Amino acid sequence: MKTAQEKHIYTVSEITRDIRVILEDTFGTAWVEGEVSNFIHHSSGHMYFSIKDKGSILSCALFRRVNANLKFEIKNGMQVLCFGKISVYDKRGSYQLIIEEVEPKGAGALQIAFEQLKEKLRTEKLFDESHKIPIPYLPQRVGVITSPTGAAIKDILNVTKRRFSNIEIILNPVRVQGNLAKNEIVEALDLFNALRNVDVIILGRGGGSLEDLWPFNEEIVARAIYRSEIPIISAVGHEIDWTISDFVADFRAPTPSAAAELVIPQKEDLIKLLSGFSERMKTTLISRLDFLTKNLSALENRYVLKSPFNIVVQREQEIDDLAEALALKGGFIMKFKKESLNALAGRLDALSPLAILSRGYSITYRAKDGRLMKDAKNVKKKELIKTKLAGGEIISRVEEAA
Amino acid sequence: MEMKFEEALKKLEGIVGQLESGDVSLEASLAKYEEGVRLVRLCQKKLELAKKKIEILVKTKDGKIKIEPFGEESARKRKGEK
Repeated sequence: MKTAQEKHIYTVSEITRDIRVILEDTFGTAWVEGEVSNFIHHSSGHMYFSIKDKGSILSCALFRRVNANLKFEIKNGMQVLCFGKISVYDKRGSYQLIIEEVEPKGAGALQIAFEQLKEKLRTEKLFDESHKIPIPYLPQRVGVITSPTGAAIKDILNVTKRRFSNIEIILNPVRVQGNLAKNEIVEALDLFNALRNVDVIILGRGGGSLEDLWPFNEEIVARAIYRSEIPIISAVGHEIDWTISDFVADFRAPTPSAAAELVIPQKEDLIKLLSGFSERMKTTLISRLDFLTKNLSALENRYVLKSPFNIVVQREQEIDDLAEALALKGGFIMKFKKESLNALAGRLDALSPLAILSRGYSITYRAKDGRLMKDAKNVKKKELIKTKLAGGEIISRVEEAA
Repeated sequence: MEMKFEEALKKLEGIVGQLESGDVSLEASLAKYEEGVRLVRLCQKKLELAKKKIEILVKTKDGKIKIEPFGEESARKRKGEK
């Protein structure tokens, strides 16, 4: 047995440190594939889990700094491919993989990430129709968020030139692929919303692989689109596959050219439409006036209006007729009156004193004053009286009055 | 605020419809026609007013935003200046 001096005695810390050095030097970094188990997302933000295969298990740490950029959710049972540094956690005396990158195995990391994010945002109602803003019919200014050198802007400008060359386009240049793209796109969206200098935004790029289109599947981009108060047309040049941006945007166009065609109407069409309206208004009004004029002239030609003098003549004639009728009637009346008069005269005649005298009566007056004598007392002796008979008069002197 | 093209167009369409229906009195028709003509002019003006401009937002060194004309010519010019 060797003495204690000959023996090299490590402290626990020393040996742990040495193991770590050896491990780190030997492996440096490594790609390891396995199935996730014991997944814990700690309140500190760090993630801890193990990956295992049939025979072994390996502890992994995925620190907050790295997992913040994770494109998918890690779940137990998932096959993952991890890249990182093999190291030792001194306090536990265990080795572990400090993960720098992780992606799901199998279906394709991006595909899974896409499906997961889509589901998440759908549940959060980011795709709701009710939140979508209508696209203006004739925007004064169109904002474009894309690469200044890409095919998308060229296509958009071509469409503009063809359809409505005097429309205003403001390009907000961004990278449309790579890690920085998402942040630039978000900034550009927010900038247009701050400046408020466009009526509609086309956000897009030409086609590409799923990796190329990835910025349009990023959550922060989706949220920036959602909070935009300016309507957004997503135009990621990919006819078949939809990106998350397509779902959140107010409208999805299959390509940037299609987006431009959608917002920029044909100027000629509009001019035609306007002159069509103008023409229709004119024709209706003219035909209306025509109709009224015809009606009016038909009225004018009516007898009464054409020769109003006729009315007077006619009236005169009517008056004449009336007068004649009146005269005729008047004659009858006269005749009738005359007959009545005769009858009356007859009756009057019967009452006349002359008629009484003719029956043998006489009337006596006092001769000197012609007073009618009704009583013998009023007559004196020797007075002259006059007696009227039916035929002639007699003057006589009173001999006796009794 | 001045009426938007879209609004004006919609209003115009309504007026044309009313005129064509013939339900309006002659006086009202004339007034509507007048308004319609005004709307046509407004829309035409709006179509012509739009300026042809293609611009690009540029960030200056101090972080401010500038709007510059965009196009191959201007790009060349910018390069030439540098």
